[in-house]
Amino acid sequence: MSKIKEEKKFSPARFFIGFTLIFIVAIWTIPTFGVFVTSFRDSKDIYGSGWWSVLPHKDMVKTDEFELPQDTDPDAPITLEGVTATFDEWRQGLYTEEGRQLRWYGNKRARKIEVYEEKWIGFGSNLSFSNYRDVLSGGKISYEDAEGNTITRQGNNFADAVLNSLAVTIPATIIPILIAAFAAYAFAWMEFPGRKPLFIMVVALLVVPLQIALIPILRDFTNWGLYGTFVSMWLAHTSFGLPLAIYLLYNYISTLPRDIFESAYLDGATPFTTFVRLVLPLSIPALASFSIFQFLWVWNDYLVALIFLGDRNRVVTSALAAMVGEKGQDWHLLTSGAFMSMILPLVVFFGLQRFFVRGLMAGSVKG
Amino acid sequence: MNQDKKSLGSYLITLGLIILAVVFLFGGFNLLQRMQDYKVLMTLFAVFWGLGSVALLYYVLNDVAQNMPRKIRSVAVALVFAGPAVLLLIWALVLPTLRSLRLSFLDATGSKFVLLDNYRFAFTDPIMLESFRNNLLWMFFGTLTCVTLGLIIAVLADKSKFEKVFKSLIFMPMAISFVGAGVIWKFIYAYKGEGINITEIGLLNAIVTSLGGVAQPWLLVPFWNNFFLIVIMVWLQTGYAMVIISSAIKSIPEEINEAAHVDGANALVIFFRITIPYIMPSIITVTTTILIFSLKLFDIVRVMTGGNFGTNVIANEFYLRQFTYGNSGQASAIAIVLLVVIIPVLAYKVLK
Amino acid sequence: MKKYFLMLLILISTSVFLAAGGQQPMEDETKPMGDDMYADVRGTVVTMAGPFTDNDAVKFNESVKAFEEMTGIDIQYEGSKEFEASISIRVEGGNPPDIVDFPQPGLLKTFVKKGFVLDLNGILDMEKVKSNYIQSWLDMATMESPDGEIMAGVWGRVNGKSLVWYNKKEFDAAGYKVPTTWEELEELQEMILADGDSPWAVGIESGAATGWAATDWVEEMMLRTTSLENYDRWVAGELKFDSPEVRRAIKAMADIWLKEGMVYGGPTGIVTTFFGDAPKVMFEEPPKAWLHKQGNFITSFFPDNAVAGEDYDFFYLPSVDTAYGRPVLVAGDIYAMFNDRPEVRMVMQFFATGDSVKEWVKVGGAISPHKDAELSWYSNLVDKKVAEVIQNATSVRFDGSDLMPGAVGAGSFWKEMTAYVSGSKTLDEALKAIDDSWPE
Repeated sequence: MSKIKEEKKFSPARFFIGFTLIFIVAIWTIPTFGVFVTSFRDSKDIYGSGWWSVLPHKDMVKTDEFELPQDTDPDAPITLEGVTATFDEWRQGLYTEEGRQLRWYGNKRARKIEVYEEKWIGFGSNLSFSNYRDVLSGGKISYEDAEGNTITRQGNNFADAVLNSLAVTIPATIIPILIAAFAAYAFAWMEFPGRKPLFIMVVALLVVPLQIALIPILRDFTNWGLYGTFVSMWLAHTSFGLPLAIYLLYNYISTLPRDIFESAYLDGATPFTTFVRLVLPLSIPALASFSIFQFLWVWNDYLVALIFLGDRNRVVTSALAAMVGEKGQDWHLLTSGAFMSMILPLVVFFGLQRFFVRGLMAGSVKG
Repeated sequence: MNQDKKSLGSYLITLGLIILAVVFLFGGFNLLQRMQDYKVLMTLFAVFWGLGSVALLYYVLNDVAQNMPRKIRSVAVALVFAGPAVLLLIWALVLPTLRSLRLSFLDATGSKFVLLDNYRFAFTDPIMLESFRNNLLWMFFGTLTCVTLGLIIAVLADKSKFEKVFKSLIFMPMAISFVGAGVIWKFIYAYKGEGINITEIGLLNAIVTSLGGVAQPWLLVPFWNNFFLIVIMVWLQTGYAMVIISSAIKSIPEEINEAAHVDGANALVIFFRITIPYIMPSIITVTTTILIFSLKLFDIVRVMTGGNFGTNVIANEFYLRQFTYGNSGQASAIAIVLLVVIIPVLAYKVLK
Repeated sequence: MKKYFLMLLILISTSVFLAAGGQQPMEDETKPMGDDMYADVRGTVVTMAGPFTDNDAVKFNESVKAFEEMTGIDIQYEGSKEFEASISIRVEGGNPPDIVDFPQPGLLKTFVKKGFVLDLNGILDMEKVKSNYIQSWLDMATMESPDGEIMAGVWGRVNGKSLVWYNKKEFDAAGYKVPTTWEELEELQEMILADGDSPWAVGIESGAATGWAATDWVEEMMLRTTSLENYDRWVAGELKFDSPEVRRAIKAMADIWLKEGMVYGGPTGIVTTFFGDAPKVMFEEPPKAWLHKQGNFITSFFPDNAVAGEDYDFFYLPSVDTAYGRPVLVAGDIYAMFNDRPEVRMVMQFFATGDSVKEWVKVGGAISPHKDAELSWYSNLVDKKVAEVIQNATSVRFDGSDLMPGAVGAGSFWKEMTAYVSGSKTLDEALKAIDDSWPE
């Protein structure tokens, strides 16, 4: 249907569509973009102004200050440059006739006035990679807060967390696919007692919220000495991913033509070789798409890692959550950390988008 | 491979394989534990060993099955194929579910039978009622918005030259973790308190104040704060709805649309008479998937408000009861209720 | 043929693993000969679990390093944010670490009640332990087990909570005076208000734990407006939240928190401000608020170049009613022992000495409850003063919410106080909800 439209030239309808889309996409992207910009900003600036202030804009800039005589009574109306107002009003800031703004500094005891003028401010130049460096390094970090005070903290070893995440995510993506593919093949093409009820059980398990399983599994892991190891994460993520994986792969593998298996058997191939030589290669689209799904899920998981991995092999999401918990709103570290945690999933997603969509379709439309 | 007679050598090989597999598994595990200080090496080895173990396991198990007497061989092979998955699922999901069912009739520490007390709690406690209400809000408004927006974007993008770019950007949040999304949205809703000459650094408050409004603590506004949280889910999940619906739209045969055009139908008529009915199955799948998602929803609330200020949801209350309050009875009852609520939605999805 | 090749491959790779994995560590290390008093324990491992992560974990490791080097015992501390969940499972599954670090004695109490915790009497040199703590600490470590009262643990790092922090430079420049009585504090508040500022900076946002800072305030007020007996009964669940005593305490807090202008940002500011960010407004130029009540750990959230004793200082939150003495609210970590081995005993004995927190005390952020801790260790005057405040207290009481059952102390008490402060619930509703949530 799109062909018909594409031949048309400019029309109000097309303009409207384009405009609406750009509007929606803008809303969708701005939150992430804001974090992206913030992650390059100086910690002091982040507290003082919104990230959008890196764009040219008009703002009030302090140009002067002066002291009031010590005998000024702050409780009585005060007249400055022809304007008379109370303390509270001066504190809010009042404009003089020349367009300057006078603000009372501090409390009544301070008796100091600051002068502000509106000026154009160009593109923010105070942007750097230093936040990223600080988050990645394991050493001490120092930075300046809003008042120019230096704060030193233990760095978050984000680089290690990335490696841990990889060690968790890659096997926890591929193992369930392999196991699920074997099972899906068995459910689709093999005869064995209890095949139907078992398959129904697998599908029914899609409803189980994984939180139910955390405590019993944790108990087993501690008894087996697996607590805090990568193996525990692989086992947990594999189990939690299996129902969906089997369900999706079953949908795909069961539609493969029967003839190919039969001719393979006639050639003397065992089910194992048939599976490895024929089924796996043929199912690549479905495998790939599920793997992307599982990859995103495992990489972004926090809960399972929190319960099973402890602190020793901390993954990216835990490192990020630790920053949220420990440092409150140290936005400069949080934003750069958050952005780094997104890079790999985004690369995977944009790189393999084609497969992803195809796989989602395989599961959902046929289902 | 020799199918009929098994020689002694064949058995010996199998035995050797089994031993080697065991050694590979345990030796590798030990080695992995010792590599803590060499992170890069450890990561590479973990991947190699983890994948190698699973592959080896299947290979060896299959070899064992092939050595079985002919009569039971085909069943044995099927067991090798389906067995690991089924065992894992029974261990990780079936048994815990049954355990929860049992615990839901016991008291907080699982030592005394309390009949339906926990279920009475689950359906009458004010915090549970609040959670049910909020989950309903999430299910209704969250799902509706996701699907509607996904549909609109899919239809509009289909007619645009830059379809790919638009769809990618809408889909992008799916690749972001809840923790990351929490950071992003806390930045939007940030509120600096009442005071003089405060510069808001939260985007929403900056917009409101620049339009002459008063800055709000968005996550505190009673009742409506739920919607500010739902917006986050919409942001995360609309991409999914859009992708599925968009693929369905692309699968509509050209001829149908062309025929309608020839008949003089306008765009709206085509949309409602042809497009919608054709993609209905996809819409239903998307709807049920997001419904289930919003029932199980946990992370967004946990990260943004911790369930305070009237934003609690069932899954968060479950987590609190289980992990913070140590009340396994009530927690299990909540989990079972959640499960029972999801079943019809899922059944609908699978049967469709 | 292929099969043999595969087998060979696996054989080679596994023998490599075996060689690497099976080798016994430590054995081949050169043992110091002769009179090594730690010869028996050298090379042993003591496992610990607790909540220290990040900075705390680093500081903890620093403070046990010297001990590890001296004795050759490797203390492996496993920190986790969800430590409570995992520790319950490990303890009840019969697989506990050797020593567990409890930041909340309430959880330890339940383990003691079930008989999982070793009685330190008879295991450690109790003479040494007892002479190294004041009585209040020993009392708080004594818990009821199935076999009667036991010494359930030793106190490591502690925090004083009844402290009011201020920006000393600005405070002095403005001519304000440190209050020593409640009346003087009220005068100071009025003075700051009259000068056009908010006296207090308060923030109770803390993610899923939002509200705990409010419960600290309630506890302070309980200690100051009613008797210790009532405080203890309240913590034990015998005195209801909906009682005149607790209401009076909450009202004393509300008189400050909910009064117009008294707290920077107002009630909405209180509930939306992260507790660590709350004191930051005191260090702004000009200061937006002047006083901040919090435990001494809060100094790690202060600007780093702010010098203790010069840029900031604190005073003891005065007694409201002198009849109730000079109580101090504290929190801290208690180490309990689950496995009895010589090296574990040695580590526990070590935790009962000031040396175990010396390095931590030196870098700041911890107060030693041990008598043999020297005041000269404290790198700054403020920490030293906190230690003095704790020592001068007529009574020391532990943070009540940490002693209550989790459903209250880490649940409804936090949540309902937050709801009350934010205005979404009335005090009556909040108190009733807390009382209802108390497990039978």
